[in-house]
Amino acid sequence: MTALAALEGMDRLSSGDALVAQNVAFAIMAVTMVASALRMVTTRNVVHAALYLVIVLAGVAGIFILLGAEFLGVTQIMVYIGAIVVLFLFGIMLTKGSFGDDDGVTGERRLMAGLVGLLVFGVMAAALVESFADAEISRSAPSTTADLADSIFSTYIVPFEAVSVLLLAALIGAIVVARKD
Amino acid sequence: MLLNQFLLLAAVLFAIGVYGVLARRNGVLLLMSIELILNAVNINLVAFGAFRATVGGEVFALFVIAVAAAEVGVGLAMVLLLYRSSRTIDLTTVDRLRG
Repeated sequence: MTALAALEGMDRLSSGDALVAQNVAFAIMAVTMVASALRMVTTRNVVHAALYLVIVLAGVAGIFILLGAEFLGVTQIMVYIGAIVVLFLFGIMLTKGSFGDDDGVTGERRLMAGLVGLLVFGVMAAALVESFADAEISRSAPSTTADLADSIFSTYIVPFEAVSVLLLAALIGAIVVARKD
Repeated sequence: MLLNQFLLLAAVLFAIGVYGVLARRNGVLLLMSIELILNAVNINLVAFGAFRATVGGEVFALFVIAVAAAEVGVGLAMVLLLYRSSRTIDLTTVDRLRG
């Protein structure tokens, strides 16, 4: 009975009104993310760059939730906005004064980097438009957190253990590299 | 929702990240641009996972998040070491291994 109700809910998710709402939400988040990302790589103030990064990461969490990946959206906020951005702010403050406000990038370097970025985007966009012209994402089977956990601890148990060992190694490595003596 | 709208958004973010890696000289900003690139990849993984209706995309996005956390930890430790030894994190001045 509840499964049937859930299925009806799924139907509502791919019906007209919900679809329009999803597209509006996507458009708002996409525009905000692209604008913030552009400001992040061009701003002269490093702390402002970290704050723009927060906006982009929050937008990515929103995209995850839009795609039905609720666990990943929450993880994104906890790990990225909660931990990694704080780490970045520590890094900025511990190295304060080495740059001041000005990054001092020359125009030629900026031009070449812009050309490479445009080229990368052009090639990827052409390939994507060619390959997935009007493929629709069907929301008939959204993943729940329980499915995700089952999958991690059965199919992907070996990569999962490898990642946990990697995290331990990175932790010890960071302490050894950054320790004073 | 079209699959391509997510993939193209990820492509834009990826290209902006590539620009940041190439154009900026600040070590911390370089690491932030790498985070941007990794997030673009994650959007792709989750979008394809939703498209194929499997949970594998999300699992690998989780792995990418874990690897990104490890990368930031080690990367920032290296930037701090660089700052301590040469009082700068300008990456264009790091050429001590040049022959």
